[in-house]
Parts: sequence; C-alpha cells; structure tokens
Amino acid sequence: MKAIPKTTLPIPPIPSEADFPSRLRSPAVAARVGLWLGISFGICFLTGLISHYAQNGNQPIPFPTAPFWGYRVTQGLHVISGTAAIPLLLVKLWSVYPKLFERIPFGDLRAMTVAGLERVSIAVLVAGGVFMLVTGLLNTAQWYPWSFSFRPVHYAVAWITIGALVVHIAVKLPVIRDALTSDVDDTTHDRPTAVEPGVLTRRGLLRTTWVATGIAVLATAGSTVPFLRSLSVLAVRTGDGPQGVPINRSAQAAQVTREEGGDAWTLDVVNGDGVATSWSRSELEQLTQHTETLPIACVEGWSASAEWTGVRLRDLLDAAGVPRGTDVRMVSLQKRYAFGVTELQGNFADADKTLVALRLNGEELSLDHGFPARLIAPNRPGVLQTKWLTSVEVI
Amino acid sequence: MADTRTLRYGLGGLGLLVGLYGAWLLLSRQDLDQLVSAGIWLVGGVVAHDGLIALLSLAVVALGARLLPAVARPATAVGLVVLGSLTILAIPMLGSFGAKDDNATLLDRNYWLGWSVIALSVVVGVVVASVLRARATDPTDPTDQGTRD
Repeated sequence: MKAIPKTTLPIPPIPSEADFPSRLRSPAVAARVGLWLGISFGICFLTGLISHYAQNGNQPIPFPTAPFWGYRVTQGLHVISGTAAIPLLLVKLWSVYPKLFERIPFGDLRAMTVAGLERVSIAVLVAGGVFMLVTGLLNTAQWYPWSFSFRPVHYAVAWITIGALVVHIAVKLPVIRDALTSDVDDTTHDRPTAVEPGVLTRRGLLRTTWVATGIAVLATAGSTVPFLRSLSVLAVRTGDGPQGVPINRSAQAAQVTREEGGDAWTLDVVNGDGVATSWSRSELEQLTQHTETLPIACVEGWSASAEWTGVRLRDLLDAAGVPRGTDVRMVSLQKRYAFGVTELQGNFADADKTLVALRLNGEELSLDHGFPARLIAPNRPGVLQTKWLTSVEVI
Repeated sequence: MADTRTLRYGLGGLGLLVGLYGAWLLLSRQDLDQLVSAGIWLVGGVVAHDGLIALLSLAVVALGARLLPAVARPATAVGLVVLGSLTILAIPMLGSFGAKDDNATLLDRNYWLGWSVIALSVVVGVVVASVLRARATDPTDPTDQGTRD
C-alpha cells in the first residue's frame, strides 16, 4: 500500500502581544479610561444598592420618603452611568486587548500562579462588566432573551463585578498611580513592542472616548431628563403616554378589565383586628381630595412627573383604625407578573404625599394607569406604585 | 512602600470577599436552568467581545489602512469609535425586540431615523474634517500627512 502523503493545513497563527504595535494600546490610555469606567461602575453599584433596598420588603432601616424625587434621581443616574460605561468599556478593552495574548511564564511556578490568578480575576471582571452592561441595557428596553430572573442575577453579578474590580485595582495600583500622575505620552509602562504611532494621538483617542460617551448619554438620557427628550433619539421612552405619562405594564398584560373596577368594586382597608372598612369609588371621591406632583420613576430608568389627585392613604387608615407607623400590604387586581402584592412601610403609609390616586393630570385615572384607584407615594420605585388597588391590609 | 503593600493586600482581600458574596448570591438564588442561562450570558459576553467585536474592529482598521488616504484616517477613527459604540448601544432599540402590542409608550420613537441622523452627522463630520486636513497639508511634501491629533 502506498503511503498517503501528509498534507499540512494552514493553521491561523495565534497572535502574540508583538502583533499589536500601536502606542495607543497603553497603560496611559487604559488607566485614564479605566478611571472613568471605575467611577461609572461605582455609581451604578451604589445606586443599584439603593434601588435593590428600596424594593426590599424587609427594611431594617426604613427607606426615606423624602426627597420625593430621590429615587427618580438615583435610578436615572444608575441607567445613565451604565449607558456611559458602554463606550468607556469598549475603548478600555480595546486598549488592553494585547494582554489577552501575553505569554504565560511556563516553568516558573510562582510567576505562573500569579499570572494565572490575575488572568482569572480579569476574566471575571470582563465577564461581569459586559454582563452587567448588556443585561442592564436590554432591561431598559424590556428585552429578556434569557431564562434567569433579571433582578437577582443582575444584583448578584454586580457584587461579583465590583469585587473583581477592587481586586484589579489592587493588582494594578502602582501602574495606575504612575500612569495617572505622568504625562499621557509617557512610555514607562508601555509594552516593549508597542512603539508605532497610532492614527490618533493618545490625547486624540481620549477626547474621542469622552465625546462618544457624551453622545451615548445625550442620545438616551431623555427617558428620564425632561429637557433632553427632543435630543435623545435613542431613548426607550419619549416620556409621553395616555394622560401625559408612559405605562410600564398595561391592564391587558396584567389581565385586569374595566368591569372589575365597576360599581361592584370597593377599596377595603383591613385593620389589625381583621376588620375591613370599605369605600366605593364615589365614596372615595367624596372624601377630602389632595393633589400632589410626584414622579413615576421606573427601575428601568425612565421617569415622568405628573399631578395626582386622590385621598391620602393615612386618612383611610385613620378611618379604619390603623395606628400610625403600621406597615401595610397593597393588593392589586392584577393576575399576572410580580408585584401584585407589595409592602408599604409605615413611614410611607403615614406620609402626607402618599395618595390613593383617583385622577391623573386632571382626568379620571385611565385603566392602564390603574383605574379605579392606585397608590402613588413619594421616593418609591415605580413597580411598587401598585395599580388597580383592591385592598390595603395590615401586615 | 509598606503602606502601599498593606493597602493593596487589603483591597485585594476586600475585593475577594465582595466577589465571593456575589457568587454565593448568584448560586443560592437561581435554579440550575437559570444558572446555566446566566453562565452562558457571562461567558458569551467575553466571547462576543474578544472573538467578534475585537476582531471586527481589527478588520475595519486593516481595511481603513488599505483603502483610505492618510489624511482621512484620524477623522475616520474618531467617527468609528463614536458611531460603533453608539450602534452597539442602539441594538435593542433598533430591533425593538422588547416592544409590546399592548403598550405604545415603550420604544415609541423612530429609532432608525434617529440613528440615521446621528450616522449621517458623523459621516459628514468625518468628510469635512478630512477635507480640511487635506487642504492644510502641503501636497509637495511627501512626509507631510497633516498634523496629527
């Protein structure tokens, strides 16, 4: 038998660091972009913790009811800084991409362990960072092409990512400090093979990054910043909707019909003894009405301010004999989706601005906005502003 | 230096604890199917960046270096960073994947129009900047490719 001649297939070579000779891919650039990326991740983390706590039923320290616009600002900031982080992360990863092909120091066990651990921490940081920005971005557009539940996973990975970021800063601290205190064109920490001038200067690349970040923010922030609405061509909401306010979950999606809020509907307030006091909608309309200007501020980052008119929740609780400081449960007619039953802490139940709203911007509340009655409270995440209210129960 | 050493070990230890807390949160609050899905998205993000976006940007740079005159390259690079990152950011809006029939207030803009306006502005900016640079360049001097910025 004849031997079959061996053919060699061309295998694409794995690049090495030396294949990336641009001086732009440098610690000087990475540290400067990384500083702002770190700041935006920090803002995201802190505002995210606030949002997570605000949604917690169990609050050892009660979430404050003032300022009434607080959650609107923190959650708006959360999404804005996450959006800003997208161009920053892309440029940051571009500037350090050659490190992916850094040679592993085989043979030297200690050096190999150190390099290996650093690689693992970077892998966790990149995976977590990309994950947070992608899932956060998709959540603002209500696009969920995955089977995990968004809130607990986004929250858990936030801790992982911030942990990996802190480890990364610890590892790189001397380089970061040198890079940030030296001129941007300083080459002390450059890779030895990164010697070719780039198509831009380092300053030019940094300015470009800031411009890209600024445009990303301006193009989207109108979802929550009213004066940017006309400019934000990529915002997920114009901020408009029926009665001047956008809707997050429609009555159809929550499977609530207008008939359920008809003549047979009553709002029942059940006190600690299990005794219910009930009001029909017309009876509620005859009680003292209050008007408050309060925002709907969604966890997805959009917000809109509106004028709400209705009965103070505290007035109803007083009539039902519920003492001040009592935590209550808000029960909705909705049959689908989470947050059909939410907890309202005593300080929120007692706040003057907390209303059982019957009217929105001068009109009777529309079905999609929670007809026949909804909760509207100051400084509270939108998902907890219970629509289609049917009962309020002492916990 | 000893202080820096202490600070770095302290930060490293703190980061490790924070990260482990996150890992525990992740593992303890999702069932196996959800964890697999989260894992796919965690790894998928790295693969999508390192294996796709990074390679694509290398290819675009190589193409630009071959096709574009030197005077046009800096402005094109600026335009690509701005428009590239903005386009990635705009994918959920451009595709309107989260749109719902029963809610007209979500994704309620013409995103293709908005994106096109930005893209056109960037292209015009790149062309204008390149022309201005070409005019500022001395055509008789082969070493003069315009001042870098």
